[in-house]
Amino acid sequence: MADTAAPANGFALAETIDRFRRSSEFVVIPVLALIASGLLFSIFLLLVGKSPVEFFSLVWRGGFGTAFSWQNTLVRASPLILTALCVAIPARLGMTVIGGEGALVLGGFAAAAIAIPMTSWASPFVVMPVMFLAAAIAGAFWIGAVGWLRHYRGINETISSLLLFYIAVSILNFFVEGALRDPSDPNKPSTAPIGAENMIGPIPGTSVHWGLAAGIVACILVWILMNRTTFGFAARVTGGNVRAAQGQGLPVGRLVVISCALAGACAGLAGYFEVAAIHGKANASLIAGYGFTGILVSFLARHNPLAIVPVAILLGGIAASGGLVQRRMDLPDATVLVLQGLMFVVLLVSETMYGRLAIFKPKGA
Amino acid sequence: MFTRKFDRRTILKGAGIGALGLSTGLSSILPARAAGLTIGILYVGPRDDFGWNQAHAVAAAALKQVPDVTVIEEENVPETISVAQSMESMINLDGASLIFATSFGYYKPFVLDMAAKFPDVKFRHAAPLWTEGDPANAGSYFGYLDQAHYVDGIAAGLSTTTNKLGFVAAKPIGTVLRNINSFAIGVKKVNPAATVQVIFTGEWSMPVREAEAANALIDAGCDVLTCHVDGPKVVIETAEGRGVKTCGHNASQAPLAPKGFITGAEYKWETIYKDYAAKVAAGEDLPNFIGGGFDKDFVQSTPYGAGASPEAIAAADAAREEVKAGKPIFVGPVKKQDGTDLVAAGASLDNYDPALDQTDYLIEGVVGSIT
Repeated sequence: MADTAAPANGFALAETIDRFRRSSEFVVIPVLALIASGLLFSIFLLLVGKSPVEFFSLVWRGGFGTAFSWQNTLVRASPLILTALCVAIPARLGMTVIGGEGALVLGGFAAAAIAIPMTSWASPFVVMPVMFLAAAIAGAFWIGAVGWLRHYRGINETISSLLLFYIAVSILNFFVEGALRDPSDPNKPSTAPIGAENMIGPIPGTSVHWGLAAGIVACILVWILMNRTTFGFAARVTGGNVRAAQGQGLPVGRLVVISCALAGACAGLAGYFEVAAIHGKANASLIAGYGFTGILVSFLARHNPLAIVPVAILLGGIAASGGLVQRRMDLPDATVLVLQGLMFVVLLVSETMYGRLAIFKPKGA
Repeated sequence: MFTRKFDRRTILKGAGIGALGLSTGLSSILPARAAGLTIGILYVGPRDDFGWNQAHAVAAAALKQVPDVTVIEEENVPETISVAQSMESMINLDGASLIFATSFGYYKPFVLDMAAKFPDVKFRHAAPLWTEGDPANAGSYFGYLDQAHYVDGIAAGLSTTTNKLGFVAAKPIGTVLRNINSFAIGVKKVNPAATVQVIFTGEWSMPVREAEAANALIDAGCDVLTCHVDGPKVVIETAEGRGVKTCGHNASQAPLAPKGFITGAEYKWETIYKDYAAKVAAGEDLPNFIGGGFDKDFVQSTPYGAGASPEAIAAADAAREEVKAGKPIFVGPVKKQDGTDLVAAGASLDNYDPALDQTDYLIEGVVGSIT
């Protein structure tokens, strides 16, 4: 075929290839990084005398190999998608917010706290949206405050969001072990149940709850906001260079606070789904580390909202298979954390490769 | 240029086919599960925590010795949807037909949901939570550890010279308060002048605060320490380091304190697990609830350490035999901290009295506040 192609077609093809070279860089490098971390992890496994082949085949089987495994994976991925957005949105403005867990905890708590007095008189059609909003507002307020402190008081957002997480946990414990404690359960301090009628069921035909759908929708909306609106453009300019953005007259303070509030709302919603789809009440089980795993997801996705979904599914699958790996290979639970840590480090290192590999450079016609 | 492109494509194709072949090849070498009974056990923390989880893991190891029983274990399973997923994974992928869910928060809603979803699988949960109306294939088992804490108290009360004993406690909830009260009753029985000072850390596992609490109690003059936290390692090691005697909790901490260890309150889940396995193998139904203490061999005392004096050993041995025979621990007069009667003079509470499950007070002689 190549022999018969006319020169003009050859140029068009070369142009296509050039375009492909540039866009493929953002897929090929992370994939290679994942493979590299898998190889490094295999060395680790060999050092402790375990078979990497068995490990990865178990990860496949436990995370993706059967219909049940897929549901298991998606259930675990759901909260990670929303908490990853809590990192990804502020990251577009050049901020590193790591306290999404606090917004999740408070969002879940707010949803339960507002539902409990309403259960006796309001219909689920009222209670459910009110819970949803309460969780989003609580999360938005919490991380919005981080943005406000950053812009108007110059307080580092990474530190403040982390410290606010501890305050959020204290607020939860204060109410759950005090005023809002359900006295019928003497041994696990929890709020009263929100009632089965106010809970949202699974997506029909699966055991996956609606948090997955909400997360995917949120990712698409955030992508549109950040890439197809003037707000998103202004946010990205601010992330590129704050002084330039201010010089252009962009409302930097408002952009920072609104973006942080949106981020917090996403994490707050993750808390809502924990309460309304899983626990049916608020208690210390909300503090499960989803907010912190979300940081990993967002960084692996390079803060791209659309990439968050597959990355969350990948990490959800690794988490889902963790149990099978433990059971079959007699490895400690921390093994999967070693894999996650290696992936994180290798991906961060691979960040330095962008624009440096000749294969991705346009050759020109 | 075209040659290069074709090369790359060929390589990619080859790699793709190779990966495909590899993955199908791998799926065929997955091990099939053994015939017989497969039991899945879930732990909320690490299996070697010198505490709650280790007590179950020790029993799981004993259960593995039973012929035709396969035990599969999963540690560090949080009290979230993860536990439902892990149970389902054990059932779907490993063929487990009996599940032991060993953490308090696993029961509601996760064990209940899974029991409804898999009516042919049996679920048993390590806390007295099962009630009439819950699924028939679910159930609870529990060891009344306060009996062993009472025996600890007898030994500890005879081991103090300052007449101050320290108790590092996690959360002021029913089971914990009951253990503190039983320990204090033991202490006061042999040493009426002694007091038990309690510090609550507020968390099941908070090593920094546990160490602070242990040090604070020692600074306040306590010369025997015990605790009710998930992993007593920190408390026992801190006390040993400062030359203070200790009583253990949950599992054996004797190796952590070669000089000052007296004895400890330990669960013996092995009794229950082996009994369940035997019943399932014989095709019998499992009871929906079982609970017991020394009488049923569900709890035990850790073998005495170097810190136990001969008179403490004699008194503790005698007390254990009495409890085993059904002699009540709560013998009146026992007053609550606020001065009201818990048990009037001349009266007593049975060791399994349901009122004790609702303990929300500390007794007189215990220094420290719930709130």
